[in-house]
Amino acid sequence: MTIMGPPSETGRFGEFGGRYVPESLIPACVQLEEVFTSAWSDPRFVDQYRTILTEYGGRPTPVTEVRRFSEKLGVRVFLKREDLAHTGSHKINNVVGQALLTKRMGKSRLIAETGAGQHGVATATAAALMGLECTVFMGEIDVARQALNVFRMKLLGASVIPVTSGSRTLKDAINEAMREWVASVDTTHYCIGSVMGPHPYPYMVREFQRIVGDEALVQVQDLLGGEVPDFVVACVGGGSNAAGTFAGFADTRAQLIGVEPEGGAAINRGIPGVVHGSRSNLLQDDVGQILEAHSISAGLDYPGVGPEHSYLASIGRARYSTANDEEVLGALQLLSRLEGIIPALEPAHAIAYVIREAGKEIPRGSTVLVTMSGRGDKDAETVAQILGESI
Amino acid sequence: MEQGSFGALEKNLSEKKRNGKKLLVPYVCGGFDNWVEVVHAIIEAGADAVEVGIPFSDPIMDGPVIQEASQRALESGATPWSIFAEIRHASFAAPIAAMTYYNIVHHAGHERFASVLADCGVAASIIPDLQLDEAADWMRIADENGVENVLLAAPTTHPDRLKRIADASRGFVYGIGLMGVTGERLSLADSASDIARRLKACTEKPVLIGIGVSNAQQAIEVSNVADGVIVGSALVRRLVQGGGAEVAFEFVSELRRGLDSFG
Repeated sequence: MTIMGPPSETGRFGEFGGRYVPESLIPACVQLEEVFTSAWSDPRFVDQYRTILTEYGGRPTPVTEVRRFSEKLGVRVFLKREDLAHTGSHKINNVVGQALLTKRMGKSRLIAETGAGQHGVATATAAALMGLECTVFMGEIDVARQALNVFRMKLLGASVIPVTSGSRTLKDAINEAMREWVASVDTTHYCIGSVMGPHPYPYMVREFQRIVGDEALVQVQDLLGGEVPDFVVACVGGGSNAAGTFAGFADTRAQLIGVEPEGGAAINRGIPGVVHGSRSNLLQDDVGQILEAHSISAGLDYPGVGPEHSYLASIGRARYSTANDEEVLGALQLLSRLEGIIPALEPAHAIAYVIREAGKEIPRGSTVLVTMSGRGDKDAETVAQILGESI
Repeated sequence: MEQGSFGALEKNLSEKKRNGKKLLVPYVCGGFDNWVEVVHAIIEAGADAVEVGIPFSDPIMDGPVIQEASQRALESGATPWSIFAEIRHASFAAPIAAMTYYNIVHHAGHERFASVLADCGVAASIIPDLQLDEAADWMRIADENGVENVLLAAPTTHPDRLKRIADASRGFVYGIGLMGVTGERLSLADSASDIARRLKACTEKPVLIGIGVSNAQQAIEVSNVADGVIVGSALVRRLVQGGGAEVAFEFVSELRRGLDSFG
């Protein structure tokens, strides 16, 4: 039995998912579904995708056993090092796939939303590599707190549009990207950065990210004499690195744990709702207005979550916990000092969970794989500010 | 008119259409300023029905003007329920279609939302992010409550699907005039008359074109083919800029005069 297989014909994982978009976008969603389905079963496409990720993207990324950190916690921790992938995060896996599909569809332009800027940088990178135009929508607040990534996108030839509506973060960047997509769908592919949006996006993005979990399973089994880890932990905003990681382990005995930011915990604190194209858990008020998320991490500052995570939670295959900003800052510093690895604020949520629960939910002596979804350079300024250092 | 009885809006609009009248449905953002007074005024100015927006936090089909009105309405404390209560109390002299995004309906639950609409005398619903393939359950429950759910058809919609949308739509068929979000445009897009023509070829129901219909001249132009128009941002901009019920009355009167120049 495969737990993380394809969704139903209507794009559903259990009762989550679907295609809740304006009529104008239906042909684009249908075309994308057809093109992705045929490409993903075409060995030449898959080979092209894998070759780019190997020769250009730096795959496979290693799994590192972090011994000093493990010793301190009393559990054995391995990191899947997506921070070492080109552009500094797992986002490259998805954008290479979508950029190839864009060419296959005969479109010439990519648009994307970005929170932390990692997906924006990755999209701008793939666009540069494949000769596509690129426009990235980014909330005004995120433009300010991720200045380094904004400049990287510009260097890569993308235009960055600051979004001033609503909460001026990731949610509003998605709204604006969808509005632009409606107006330019003939020539433009919307390169969604996470396992969210209308069908086929949640499925397609998970498939492009499953390379993380597929690689990690083989690598960690090698290190554990054929065993799988007891726990597999990843941070969850929209949830693409977690979905890709879980896809490799869903059919094993490993316990899957997603870690949401305390201030944007859609699965832990939300109820099912519909926004940005699919039905999933969502932070909303008592009449259904979407609430703003609040997290130190721009990449997780989102009130919703990918529909497959709601499904995995509903069937009990994955559990979802939270970490707060303070725990996250502590985790970032501890891992930096003990291992010489500065995590991005996003995976620092997963690290924070392991630190807090070692010896509790994670019994002493357990083996734990954590997806290190990105590196921390982009967050240096934010963290320095909070720690009272000026750089 | 027969409030709450099945098909009231479609019956009302179809009768006028048969009499050679072009249909005018302005959009007003519910909860924004003195919107109830505005709705009374534009009905007096000749609106055949009024589309009342129920503001949503994340209106992805709306451009800056309606976004601003929605946000200001929400900040002033408007909720779907406060707006429905005002509609019920106002007893408007023309049919009302409530336009909102699907999460508002989903959150309330289909049964509850439909029965509240019916209780408040709302004739129809327009939910732009609830397209044909996802709409069956809501449409069935709306039908049972005598609420007509209007479906939208886009310039990109394939011909066979266009027919299915027209067949399933209640009240009228909403033809999306251009590929883009709500907002005024300098000239009418070619796609507006195209979608009107394609819809007219596959349905007897009233075909109204909205999105990008900005003034009387454009309304007349598209109504050469369509049965009428929905005008939103052009009216809402006047209200956002501080024009009240009188300005709304003037603008809708101008649209009315334009459309009445037919036949």
